[in-house]
Amino acid sequence: MSPEGAAPSPAAPVYAKKDFVSSQTVRWCPGCGDYAILDAVQKAFAGMGIPREKFVVVSGIGCSSRFPYYMETYGFHTIHGRAPAVATGLKVSRPDLSVWVVTGDGDALSIGGNHILHSMRRNVDIKVLLFNNKIYGLTKGQYSPTSEQGTKTKTTPFGSIDRPLNPISLALAAEATFVARSADVMGEHLRGILARAAAHRGSAFIEILQNCLIFNDGAWAGVTERSTRDDAKVELVHGQPLVFGKDRDRGIRLEGLTAVVVKAGKDGVPDDALLCHDEHAKDPSLAYLLSRLQGPDFPLPMGVFRDLDEESYDAAVHRQIRTAREAGKVQDLDALLREGDTWQVGPES
Amino acid sequence: MGEARTPERRDSVVIRFAGDSGDGMQITGSQFTTTSALVGNDIATLPDFPAEIRAPAGTLPGVSGYQLHFSSGEVFTPGDDPDVLVAMNAAALKVNLPNLPKGRVVIVNTDGFDAANLSKSGYEKNPLEDGSLDGYQSIPVPLSSLTVKALEKSPLSGRERVRCKNFYALGIMYWLFSRPMDTTEAWIRKSFAKKPDIVDANLTALRAGYAYAAASELFQVRYEVPAAPAEPGFYRNVSGNKALALGIYAASVRSGLPLFLGSYPITPATDILSELARLKPQGVMTFQAEDEISAICSAIGASFGGAIGLTTTSGPGLALKGEALGLAVTTELPLVVVDVQRGGPSTGLPTKTEQSDLLQALFGRNGECPLAVLAASTPADCFEVAFEAVRIAVTHMTPVILLSDGYLANGSEPWRVPRAADLPEIKVAFRTDPKGFQPFRRDPDTLVRDWVRPGTPGLEHRIGGLEHQDGSGNVSYDPVNHERMTVLREEKIARIARDLPPAVPLGDAKGDLLVVGWGGTRGALHAATLAARRKGLSVSHLHVRHLNPFPPNLGEVLRSFRRVLVAELNRGQLDLVLRARFLLDTDRLWKVQGQPFTVGEVLAAIERSLSRREGGAR
Repeated sequence: MSPEGAAPSPAAPVYAKKDFVSSQTVRWCPGCGDYAILDAVQKAFAGMGIPREKFVVVSGIGCSSRFPYYMETYGFHTIHGRAPAVATGLKVSRPDLSVWVVTGDGDALSIGGNHILHSMRRNVDIKVLLFNNKIYGLTKGQYSPTSEQGTKTKTTPFGSIDRPLNPISLALAAEATFVARSADVMGEHLRGILARAAAHRGSAFIEILQNCLIFNDGAWAGVTERSTRDDAKVELVHGQPLVFGKDRDRGIRLEGLTAVVVKAGKDGVPDDALLCHDEHAKDPSLAYLLSRLQGPDFPLPMGVFRDLDEESYDAAVHRQIRTAREAGKVQDLDALLREGDTWQVGPES
Repeated sequence: MGEARTPERRDSVVIRFAGDSGDGMQITGSQFTTTSALVGNDIATLPDFPAEIRAPAGTLPGVSGYQLHFSSGEVFTPGDDPDVLVAMNAAALKVNLPNLPKGRVVIVNTDGFDAANLSKSGYEKNPLEDGSLDGYQSIPVPLSSLTVKALEKSPLSGRERVRCKNFYALGIMYWLFSRPMDTTEAWIRKSFAKKPDIVDANLTALRAGYAYAAASELFQVRYEVPAAPAEPGFYRNVSGNKALALGIYAASVRSGLPLFLGSYPITPATDILSELARLKPQGVMTFQAEDEISAICSAIGASFGGAIGLTTTSGPGLALKGEALGLAVTTELPLVVVDVQRGGPSTGLPTKTEQSDLLQALFGRNGECPLAVLAASTPADCFEVAFEAVRIAVTHMTPVILLSDGYLANGSEPWRVPRAADLPEIKVAFRTDPKGFQPFRRDPDTLVRDWVRPGTPGLEHRIGGLEHQDGSGNVSYDPVNHERMTVLREEKIARIARDLPPAVPLGDAKGDLLVVGWGGTRGALHAATLAARRKGLSVSHLHVRHLNPFPPNLGEVLRSFRRVLVAELNRGQLDLVLRARFLLDTDRLWKVQGQPFTVGEVLAAIERSLSRREGGAR
């Protein structure tokens, strides 16, 4: 067991996508965004240089959580909301594995809210893929913690009155060390983010915007449709100003603690006066401000909000063990059993 | 007179220290215990404290007690009632006097009976003056003022001086029972090493108490309790929680498997987490989870990874772990869940003992969800049962619930420490051969599936909470397969019984009455059975360690007696199972007062059962 984490190995075979396709028939609805995500994950895993047997995909309950059955890796389909807790125990006891959690907006943010929060604030080296379709699919279309107010479902016939949770804001508030957003239909973009998450040592949180054709079709249409997407999203690039639009003629500027959309490009606000993205900023405040941007007034930021290199929880556990050992604090079992208030009766054997 | 008084020999003494939560009664009691263990007495202890850390001083809810029983013979319980009660204030006297038989010794701190103390404890008149103590050997000692006087040269504040009064009281008790003080002196030096003034003050108070008792006319007799004959060996005084932690760790060493504990602090189980957290240099991984569910789920994750997954809790926590237990049952992963039971339901009596989680352990999950259940019966037995729980979990690929209780967890007794090399080896072989591998292929004899560590090439597979096909483990909704898997999971647990030693009653193999119990009541049932046998009654005792599956011959043993008395600290939980499983009529003794059985009440129940014997067939 290596305490160094699931690093790429030169000894790993060269894989193709098919090496990560299991024998099980995929049972998602035809047209579900999950198919595209599965494709991206299988392709991305093949290119990570990590031996296949080192991957473990852990999931909770919901449509997305069937994911492990379709991956030719080790997999564990657990119970509702608890995948991050199972993954934490696995990663702490087996730091040599590459541990991925697949979850949804209900699984992670409702029933499993406590676990997702604590796995991120501890910086456990697990990679969380949160498929956000803003609806409960497997129980047939009830509103979720990310559904907008007014969403009409069978359990909210008069429109939902819950205020929605922003997954990226939550991850940043928990100070996750890698936070990113992509979408089911952005295959190449998603694969790039997955590769970066794999290389990151510590908690990685990726919100994947995902379409539920049956119960919430078009929930992300603005940012995914060809006709609107360039104006509806902005790609976060480290060290670059926030510029967006089909003609890249608009940008985001910070006025005090408020973001405003301004004209950019030729005749516009110069690049160096626009908000410049720093994904390595230790303070998550600016990343949090970015996480609040959304339509219709702002473009939705995509890409990496935060990427910080800090010791992971599991690495720290094994560092403590190593340090204590090196300090010669190890006692054998007999010595441990014979600690405390002791006495001998009769001759010593 | 003083030192000239020759100690009077006693075989067995029960002492109860009682005072305010802040009076240091737990320290005083445990110091007397350690000293008694080291002089060779057999001992049993009952720490009895409130759930509040510091209830208002001087009130009845704030009373903390520590009872210990030490003897030159074998000790089974902390004793039904004290021979000597030390009461540090009026509230402590009020709470404890009703359980003190007339004629016994009561040492009272007269400084704890001022107007405020009397009013807070609800005494209208001072019990030291109104005849409440008539018929007792009452020894009034102004402990607080004597302590302050003894410390007049100490740089400590007046308040701090008063706080040393528990050591003054301990000094008196050490003289009274002819105990050496060196162990406690060493403990004081070590515990307060960074505060030399406190060390000096406590040592002075201890010695002053001893000298006071020696010089005072108040103490007419002095006692001596000689060492108990014990099997040769190396002994240690151990509490149940400590023994349990060591037993689990020993099993990790003897199986060669890493140990991962996921736990959430809960009374009275938290000490196990603290004990194992100390073992980080040994490679023990402890994880203080965000809640009970995360605690068990992280342990399941670790088991999936090839470690011993352990979680420790009490009844309310076990309730939260139910769904995850089902996951471990259906995925057939090893897991050890320790439930240190306390009074319930809900938050109940967090610091008091009860045996009311048996049915929760056996049945408290959705679906047909069998797993192994064990119970420890004495503080030292926690070591063996913990070792056994790991053995069953990793060799039968099943969750095991180990039931302890508050009485065992905090109580202590001498333990003959085994040698590591004498502990059995636990043999575990992970599967590495991909040829013919199926995740749910089973050993034909034990029905146990293979354990595969992720990271093993060629054995990539998926497991999960959905029903799955026997063999392949693929998700399956086939009705016949579901029934087959249900029966297989049940039969796998039943076959654990094949390895178990037969149940052997204490006493005779047959007779008029069999007293049946489980868990922490062992001492009281054992002592009561011996007392009944001394009276010539045909009574034997069976204490059940394996509660699921039962020892293979349990039914046969039960049917070898004309009557069966099932004694439990609940409302008949084992009794319900025995009646259902064996179609038995039984007599019952139930108690749910947060306190252990006294030997007297068990003996009375035995006599009642036997007097009903003519009642005919059962």
